[in-house]
Amino acid sequence: MRRGIRAAAVLAAAALALAGCGSDDEESPAASPSNGASKPPAAVELKIGMAYDVGGRGDQSFNDAAAAGLDKAKAELGAESQEVEAVTGEAESAREERLTQLAEGGYNPVIAVGFVYATSLAKVAPQFPDTHFAIIDSTDATGDNIANLVFAEEEGSFLVGAAAALKSKSGNVGFVGGVNTPLINKFEAGFKAGAEAAKPGIKVQSQYLTQPPDFSGFGDPAKGKTAAQGMFDAGADIVYQAAGGSGGGVFEAAKAAGGKAIGVDSDQALTADASVRDVILTSMLKKVDVAVYDFLQTVAQDQFKAGTVSFDLEQGGVDYSTTGGQVDDIKAQLDDYKQQIIDGSITVPTTVS
Amino acid sequence: MSSGTSAPRTVRRVDWRAVAAGLAAPVLALVIAILVTSLVLVVASDPVGKVWETLLLVDATDAQRSRAVVNMLNSATTYYFAALAVAVGFRMNLFNIGVEGQYRLAAFCAAYIGAAVSLPAPLHVALIVVVAMAVGAMWAGVAALLKATRGVSEVISTIMLNSIATALVAFLLRKAAGDQGSSLNLSTDQLPASGRVPGIELGFLDTPIRVYGLVVLAAVAGLLYWLLLERTRFGFDLRATGMSESAAVASGVNVKKMVVAAMLISGAVAGLVGIPALVGEDPYAYTLTFQSGLGFTGIAIALLGRNSPIGIAIGALLWAYLDVAANRLQIQAGVSNEIVTIMQGTIVLSVVVAYELVRRYRVVSEQRRVAAAEPLAAGGGPVGGGGPSGGTGTAQGVPA
Repeated sequence: MRRGIRAAAVLAAAALALAGCGSDDEESPAASPSNGASKPPAAVELKIGMAYDVGGRGDQSFNDAAAAGLDKAKAELGAESQEVEAVTGEAESAREERLTQLAEGGYNPVIAVGFVYATSLAKVAPQFPDTHFAIIDSTDATGDNIANLVFAEEEGSFLVGAAAALKSKSGNVGFVGGVNTPLINKFEAGFKAGAEAAKPGIKVQSQYLTQPPDFSGFGDPAKGKTAAQGMFDAGADIVYQAAGGSGGGVFEAAKAAGGKAIGVDSDQALTADASVRDVILTSMLKKVDVAVYDFLQTVAQDQFKAGTVSFDLEQGGVDYSTTGGQVDDIKAQLDDYKQQIIDGSITVPTTVS
Repeated sequence: MSSGTSAPRTVRRVDWRAVAAGLAAPVLALVIAILVTSLVLVVASDPVGKVWETLLLVDATDAQRSRAVVNMLNSATTYYFAALAVAVGFRMNLFNIGVEGQYRLAAFCAAYIGAAVSLPAPLHVALIVVVAMAVGAMWAGVAALLKATRGVSEVISTIMLNSIATALVAFLLRKAAGDQGSSLNLSTDQLPASGRVPGIELGFLDTPIRVYGLVVLAAVAGLLYWLLLERTRFGFDLRATGMSESAAVASGVNVKKMVVAAMLISGAVAGLVGIPALVGEDPYAYTLTFQSGLGFTGIAIALLGRNSPIGIAIGALLWAYLDVAANRLQIQAGVSNEIVTIMQGTIVLSVVVAYELVRRYRVVSEQRRVAAAEPLAAGGGPVGGGGPSGGTGTAQGVPA
């Protein structure tokens, strides 16, 4: 009996696999024949391939910013696009395959959104020498057909750190990071340096929501709220969040505690839930949309340049927002810091010591 | 037990009813899965025909098919270790949810030590494999000791150990990575050439991607798993303990020892999960982007393969096949990649449901047959006829 069942299980599993192949015949005639990739290209110049990080379009954060740049380019330059997103915790081969399929499908340029694509891009780009690639947030993959779009998040964070310190009455501010990775460490390092510069000896609380490879810290408002609540309870009156989709929870906690919060990436006084917009002191702008749009424009004008394009304060790639007018009174001081960073008289650290 | 093991000698002729019943479950499962997935696609107003067409690579080029095959084999290799690790526990009614933490900690330690030493090639790879198995076993051993000495449920302890492993690896990786310059990734040092296993080139395929060299190790692991469980005294004790702990104790099995041994083996196999990719694929290091979540995939595939080494292999291939289709489905059929997750989930559920339906049907039909053959003994017949098949069916099936 035992042996019989084992044999049956084997047969069963084999049948499972075979049946999978078998349904080929039933399905294929039913579907209309097509040429694989997509609709026939209209009279457009660009066929843009976008490979997003986990979350893709609609993550209200990093990927959405890249998508905004794409949308603007499509509207103004007239382009068609194919967007693909990553799966949580996927294998290296999945990323490689994604970039390969985009390049192979004739998409040019192809934009890899996020440093996670560095290893695969370094492998795929040489196989498609005529395709222009761009990768956001990484200088690890380089080549004749790769543009590296990187940001000086620490410089923008320095300014909002200074703003927090200047506005804080308790001399105690907080930083909530989504996931403890070197990227988010740059935000923290800049924020701390800015706060310390504006008010030496100020207390800066700091907390990360999750540790990699658990990336849920970028999409869990409840965790953000709990962390920020803890900071407000411990005496902070302004909390800066670099936590993607978890940031909404930080704003809620600020509202409940009667404190203030600082947004990140986009001007969150315009994009956050309407009920919490008034607690947003300012936002650290990381203009991924501008970077994507600019890149697409250079490609459209046939002026692609390989290598690092740095989006910093000087270039306007990072900045602080003034929507709501809550930092108008300290604007002169902040612009002074901004000028000093651009001059090079202040060097902002990128890692937390 | 005794009737179950002696039965094959008496039922030697080909029983077509049994074969048909054996085929019924997977076919039923597949039909359910296809129907449910198609229904989901229709409800989401996605192109059903196009999805199946893309999934079956109807319009694909040779290069695409080749890449799909190699990527499927590679993913399946990884999944196979994960599912075997889980299955070892399942056979003894141990639920090792900790494969996730075990393999990540093991892969990190193996990557770190592998990059730090310099040895001739075969020894270097052997060291990496041994370190991975030892670390995996050690991490699982914590849960085993807690269960054997304090009676702590391994479900609870392994879940907690997963969290600890995540934090520990994040901390250690940062230490090991040191200053990475402008890079936003964190990575251990690359394995030297002697620590890498060259890929296998399949001549008939048109792709530069190679099959992991350690696919061979996966096959060996499957064979050892079968030998250990089915052909040794230890395996017999392990299965006996899984089926009835009290019966095992009564026949002289030291259950605590078995718990520790099974968990250590499970952990050692779990340690191997990340190794084929580590030694077989760029960047030859443990990084922030190292594949995660495989421990949970392993649980699903062990269920799918019903703990048999060949069933698991087929389950792993099927799972990998669907995973590899995720990009194609997005690009060519224009559907969300979540459809793949839905298909995988549906298949696992369908398999569980289909096997249970078929088992019940078999029990009932056997009872009827016996009752018809021996109308006078109808009272005692069903117990004798239906008992063994029903009993083994449950024991071999999904653990609680």
